[in-house]
Amino acid sequence: MKTLTLLSLISTYVLVSSIGIEDKAGQFFGSGHTNNWAVLVCTSRFWFNYRHVANTLSVYRSVKRLGIPDSHIVLMLADDMACNHRNPKPATVFSHKNMELNVYGDDVEVDYRGYEVTVENFLRVLTGRLPPSTPRSKRLLSDDRSNILIYLTGHGGNGFLKFQDSEEISNVELADAFEQMWQKRRYNELLFIIDTCQGASMYERFYSPNLMALASSQVGEDSLSHQPDLAIGVHLMDRYTFYLLEFLEDIHPASTTNMNDLFKVCPKSQCVSTPGHRTDLFLRDPGSVLITDFFGSVRKVEITMETINLTSPVEQVEDKPVDGDLQRETHSYVDQLPVSEIIHQKPKQKDWHPPDGFILGLWTLILLVFFKTYGVKHLKHIF
Amino acid sequence: MAALQRRQGQHAALAIAAVVIIVGVPLWWRTTETYRAWLPVTQINELAKLQLQLSVDVEVVFARGTLTPEQQKKVPLTQTQDEEHMVDEDTALRYRYETRYRTATIMEEDALNQPTAAEADLSLHTLSESPCGSVVVYVIPEASSLLPEVVEVYIGQRRTAMLRIGAQMRVGRTLKQLLAHLEPRIQQVLQVMSFSHSDITAALSDRVRPSPGNKESLADSMRAFKSSPGYEITFSLLNPDPKSHRLHWDIESAVQNYIQPLLTKLAPVANFSIDSQILYYAMLGVNPRYDSSLSAYTLSADSLAHVINPVEARLGSNAASSNPVLNFLLYVPDAHHSPLYIHDHKKQKVHSNAFHSPRWGGIMVYNVNDFYGPDPVFPMDINISMAKVMGVFLAQLRLLLGVQSSATPPGFVVASCGSAGLADWELDRLMWSRTVENVATATTTITSLAQLLDQIGNIVINDNIAQQVSSTVTSLQLAVAELEAGNLGFALQYSKEAILASERAFFDPSLLHLLYFPDDQKFAIYIPLFLPMCVPILLSLLKMLSEARQRRKEKQAKRD
Repeated sequence: MKTLTLLSLISTYVLVSSIGIEDKAGQFFGSGHTNNWAVLVCTSRFWFNYRHVANTLSVYRSVKRLGIPDSHIVLMLADDMACNHRNPKPATVFSHKNMELNVYGDDVEVDYRGYEVTVENFLRVLTGRLPPSTPRSKRLLSDDRSNILIYLTGHGGNGFLKFQDSEEISNVELADAFEQMWQKRRYNELLFIIDTCQGASMYERFYSPNLMALASSQVGEDSLSHQPDLAIGVHLMDRYTFYLLEFLEDIHPASTTNMNDLFKVCPKSQCVSTPGHRTDLFLRDPGSVLITDFFGSVRKVEITMETINLTSPVEQVEDKPVDGDLQRETHSYVDQLPVSEIIHQKPKQKDWHPPDGFILGLWTLILLVFFKTYGVKHLKHIF
Repeated sequence: MAALQRRQGQHAALAIAAVVIIVGVPLWWRTTETYRAWLPVTQINELAKLQLQLSVDVEVVFARGTLTPEQQKKVPLTQTQDEEHMVDEDTALRYRYETRYRTATIMEEDALNQPTAAEADLSLHTLSESPCGSVVVYVIPEASSLLPEVVEVYIGQRRTAMLRIGAQMRVGRTLKQLLAHLEPRIQQVLQVMSFSHSDITAALSDRVRPSPGNKESLADSMRAFKSSPGYEITFSLLNPDPKSHRLHWDIESAVQNYIQPLLTKLAPVANFSIDSQILYYAMLGVNPRYDSSLSAYTLSADSLAHVINPVEARLGSNAASSNPVLNFLLYVPDAHHSPLYIHDHKKQKVHSNAFHSPRWGGIMVYNVNDFYGPDPVFPMDINISMAKVMGVFLAQLRLLLGVQSSATPPGFVVASCGSAGLADWELDRLMWSRTVENVATATTTITSLAQLLDQIGNIVINDNIAQQVSSTVTSLQLAVAELEAGNLGFALQYSKEAILASERAFFDPSLLHLLYFPDDQKFAIYIPLFLPMCVPILLSLLKMLSEARQRRKEKQAKRD
């Protein structure tokens, strides 16, 4: 009996000390990632699809608030709602009725806009096969320790998602794109959220490891929008994203909420459709995955213990000697507009053009009618 | 007449069928074929089964007093040692250590007679230059005063180490016993100076997902940047309080004097581009707490993780390149929050007052309240002492680039890294792991590319892609051969070429798989085109066949 208690004491001590070591190194081993990326895509255009742009911008705001910087977010908006002619409040995109929350603001960095949002560009961003001239902000420069959040919204169907009202991406293409990302180790873990009708069909075909997927509705169900705003005249948000954002409002960079809570967002009573999720390809248990592993950007940090003793004195870098006779070129601007001409409104000199077809035809018609009426013998009087 | 017409009709149908089958089908096949250049698939499959041999040249030099004269006569000898490891079913490693034993020359003996190990090291360097990747171990007698009492091994700045022979090897031992005694100790030295198995398996992490066994190595692998042809380093000075502090930092000369030597030495590994900037009114995202016992503000270790994100939004980056960026930030706290100290997990002040984030960069807090005179007049002109700052940044740079020494075994003393900030053997270590990493990554890339192109029959393979793939295969074969031969410098160069070519081939914009044609869509396209044409031909052929069969039956009936 005594040995048993002694053994149990020793084992608890060992356990506690090992947990202590775990905690210390805990930051590193909870997830294996060192940086976070987000790819947020809105795929539909036209004014009545206002809610898709509002969806994407709201997720963008949350992700930025939780710490992911613009340099790590690829935002693709297929249409411009803020400056749309039909927007009664220009330069705003509201996500809540009664215009409570403007998600547009003045620090939104849209990387792909308008007609640049195509299936091809989306796949190019994911797989990294961009032309060499693409700037850094339009690339997904993730590595094998990046956690990526991918959010898609728009109109979809069973096995496809519609882009720009003219093309579609199928679930097989998406799964193949993720497989290519895995082959090149372009992600550590990937969270895929889709808010469209029949969204669950889009993640059916995934087969690469470390993918977790959430969708707003099952196959055969439609995702519904949340609420219309009578002043703007369109629906402002989709239900699933609305409740997702309500959930994210409670998350702050240090919170420890895990994925199991995210799966419970928007039950059927609120969403009308049944949200679905897929975690069989994910290696870790979803209960141990923090929301901030994907939505935020919590950095691992190590204290710098060593320094190097630098004793050699600093030699000044010599400035390059300035030439004595610097030729200063006078630069002047080229005339951008012929302003003088516009101001003085000189009459435009019209070049002479030979009479065009219409005039010729008209004359021919008149001549023909004349000669038909009066006879050809008059011709010699004219010519 | 009707028969003639029918005959003509039959001939016409036959002719049309013949044209369609002989001319039409091949023509359609050729015109709808995608251009696929030839790829060296067999060679790629051979490379998929990676068998790396890493050869290290080791020279063991016996100083006077370690060997008896008879042993000295036997000593010039060479031994080869092989260590095989099977990492997984596709990857096999073999480490070959070619050890040459010899006695020290007169000049080396003179060099070893110096009072301290550091001076001996310096004079040994003047004697000879060891090639990249090799190690020289000098075995010195037990009673030698070169090394202090407790120290067994001294690792120098270049590629030399000094090993004390050990007390038990004093009396009456054979050469064989001596060599057997030295072998595990030399092995230990090699693990530190050259490469260890865990380093190499960490470098192979692209091919082999590391098992969560050794947590130290996992942290190490997460910290260092992955191999890349170039890196960008940005030094930023953050001044949140320009009204109080007018900061001057001579970054150009500091970089020239302290950082550039390291980067020049690392030139075979990667290219570096450096820039610097000053940000005003850039705050840390965290409020520091006032600690009355220290009468200073403190940042606890837990809050450090949240410091980086608000600042990162304001740091720019070079839009033209896709190289990884290392950010080094120097933060001068504002006058109201000075001095600011960083505390570690044990609530102790951190000596360097700096922290770093894996694969991102480092931040150092520089307190300037010491510069305030008795009567400070704001704004104060402050010259930042770049030597102290660069000391910290250099240490962080070494960590982030993967120039990390694993914990040295007890009894080892490592010389300081010298003016370049990097010892030669540290560079060799880096080169070993980078070469293996490059080779592993290039082989996986090229293998998965070949697999992808094989699976999807509709992708067009242009000539330039085929050429890149061929050059990757050639460079890889050369790199593996150079590794076997022990030429580390050439191996690294070839592995870099291999990786560049393989990345260019894999990420070529023309390889986009948008040609996903499900079978039902293929039918939907072809049926309206071909069915109306094929139906009359088929029907007429069938009709001819049935007539011919009928005639044959009649003929047979006639015969019977």
